[in-house]
Amino acid sequence: MIRILFFASLRERLGSAEETLQEYPDSLGALRAQLAARGGVWSEVFAGEQRVLAAVNQEMAPADRALKAGDEVGFFPPVTGG
Amino acid sequence: MHIEVRVQAEPLDALAETVPVFSGNTAVGGVVSFIGLMRDLNQGDAVATMTLEHYPGMTEKALRAIVDEALGRWDLLGVRLIHRVGEVRPQDPIVLVAVASAHRGEAFRACEFIIDYLKTRAPFWKREQTADGRARWVDARSSDDSAAAEWERKS
Repeated sequence: MIRILFFASLRERLGSAEETLQEYPDSLGALRAQLAARGGVWSEVFAGEQRVLAAVNQEMAPADRALKAGDEVGFFPPVTGG
Repeated sequence: MHIEVRVQAEPLDALAETVPVFSGNTAVGGVVSFIGLMRDLNQGDAVATMTLEHYPGMTEKALRAIVDEALGRWDLLGVRLIHRVGEVRPQDPIVLVAVASAHRGEAFRACEFIIDYLKTRAPFWKREQTADGRARWVDARSSDDSAAAEWERKS
């Protein structure tokens, strides 16, 4: 099982802050593709023009990052702090 | 060495929070601080309030990693990095970066480095409410990416 969190404009567009997946692919990139394949707004967010950043266990992670049971994956738009 | 990294929902008293970075350390020869304030105008629209969201847990780790990288690059005697979350109004301090060192050069460079990296690496998002009642997420600026990339080049 992995836990997925969505932040800021992503959370609003997807209408979801958090979900858990019992079955999950083996990499972060494959997870993005799986979410995009849900269609509708999921496809717009995960296969669209705008950048979506990702963190695994609270550290920025690239698409080839492997996923394992218990991981926390965060998806969010480019950051705007400071 | 004085290090403080904090995210807070309470108002930030930026001037009072700067003092502990040098107070009591007689080796400090200079302090440079940056205070980021909320403005009342963005992209031509009057902004009434702004709400800062973050990723609890990751935010603190990301801020600490940025401070650690600064400590690796320069000889510093103190760093305080404090960021607001929640609702802010024009003139409210959003972020304080305070850096102490023996000489000014290190403190100036480290302070700018920390705010430049924070702008592209720390998971905060601003949502603004305009004076005419609209709400919108603030877009990331490409000039912030350029500033951070310039430090990558110097590493």
